[in-house]
Amino acid sequence: MNYIRNIGAYFLMLGWVFRKPRKISIFWRMLMHEVQHIGINSIPIVALMSTFIGAVISLQTASNMDSPLLPAYTVGYITQSSIILEFSPTIISLILAGKVGSNIASEIGTMRITEQIDALEIMGVNSLNYLVFPKVIAAIAYFPVLVIFSMFLGMLGGFAALVISGLQSPETYILGLRSWFDVYNVYYALTKTVAFGFIIVSISSFYGYYVKGGSLDVGKASTKSVVVSSVVILIFNFIITKLMLL
Amino acid sequence: MIEVVSVNKTFGKQQVLFAVSATFLPGKVNLIIGQSGQGKSVLAKCMVGLHEVDSGSILFNGRDFTAMEKSEKSEIRQEIGMLFQGSALFDSMTVEENVKFPLSMFTKMTKKEMQMRVDFCLERVNLSGRNGLYPSECSGGMQKRVGIARAISMNPKYLFCDEPNSGLDPKTAIVIDSLIKDITYEYGITTMVITHDMNSVMEIGDSVLFIHQGKKWWEGDRHSIISTENPEINAFVFASEFMKEIKESLKGQKR
Repeated sequence: MNYIRNIGAYFLMLGWVFRKPRKISIFWRMLMHEVQHIGINSIPIVALMSTFIGAVISLQTASNMDSPLLPAYTVGYITQSSIILEFSPTIISLILAGKVGSNIASEIGTMRITEQIDALEIMGVNSLNYLVFPKVIAAIAYFPVLVIFSMFLGMLGGFAALVISGLQSPETYILGLRSWFDVYNVYYALTKTVAFGFIIVSISSFYGYYVKGGSLDVGKASTKSVVVSSVVILIFNFIITKLMLL
Repeated sequence: MIEVVSVNKTFGKQQVLFAVSATFLPGKVNLIIGQSGQGKSVLAKCMVGLHEVDSGSILFNGRDFTAMEKSEKSEIRQEIGMLFQGSALFDSMTVEENVKFPLSMFTKMTKKEMQMRVDFCLERVNLSGRNGLYPSECSGGMQKRVGIARAISMNPKYLFCDEPNSGLDPKTAIVIDSLIKDITYEYGITTMVITHDMNSVMEIGDSVLFIHQGKKWWEGDRHSIISTENPEINAFVFASEFMKEIKESLKGQKR
């Protein structure tokens, strides 16, 4: 019963989020702040994860390529496919659900328990529109940039791992990366990313905004927002894949 | 003027307010007092629209706030300033940005006009030159004063103060009380103060509403509260031994 109530409250919340901002100049300032906060500050973790996972994917693929029937460039092809189709959009989004999602839930939750949201409401400000709308737009706009960056670094990590360890020549790996490359896969990955960005920000904001109690409850809301966002990401990953790839 | 007409409020199965009616006059400091958990903060939150009432009306100069849509309430709220118990300053903003926030959100003032208004409000609460501090760098008393500056920046018709003295030392509490009183008289604001603090009652209480068990139990002013024979009021006002001694000495003087 509680789940149904939460889903209803979530959609009602979205109704208040997607309103025209009262002052475009203030919205723009908040948006730039959120791009910095949600997007640019996430670059180091995305870069680190992508490079190393890309390296590991290529090494694991190379180590499992026993059949002489498979050409050597298959390693590059599998690395490219794994990174574009699944690792960059989904795994990076799950990592961002932990980093960005918990941050948003605790930020908004703290504003709730310290009455800062009440202060906004009493001034006559639509607090959901003011606080959440710029975050949603920043995530939708910037997560794809992070994912493209992640794809590039993942493949670069694979390149570095294979070439430095002497398992493959640069030409063979690059040939693999270019083999059967389909731009549609990138569209598919970016579509997923936009959906996941929206899911992470809106669900985290929901749990932060409606928190009741004290600092312990903010911590619980933060954890819950990460868990729920991750589960919803996995469900939507399946749905979008079914709709776009099959 | 704010009129509260027969307001009822329930949370789940528990009724918190029982047909509370009261009138709060402009240019006066109106106090709502009572023990913790008796419903005074709920009443105040109903008055500013943070809680929906179950039944009854709240009228701001005759306009029924409870019957309005959220967008209409937003217009009324621009006439309300509120000082929160914990100040509720935006901790990502400086003192200046906090005071400027409602101006930049709701007015078409130029940057220069806004700066003048911010400086005026900060000067009014004796915080000139503290524009660049963050709330975390301010003392409790300073935070309250910034809260007052933010609350008056839009020239409000109504000022709500939720336990403005909580957590402050007695001297700072007097400064905050004086500030609230002066601002109320100066600008003719209808001020509501929710408090437990008997010093505040005696210093600034032009009218006092005592809430007990969710009901309007007593109404009067700061002078009559001392002499009333209402047992619940007496239990609240003269709770400490010190206050009981004062009451005895006052009785002695009368005899």
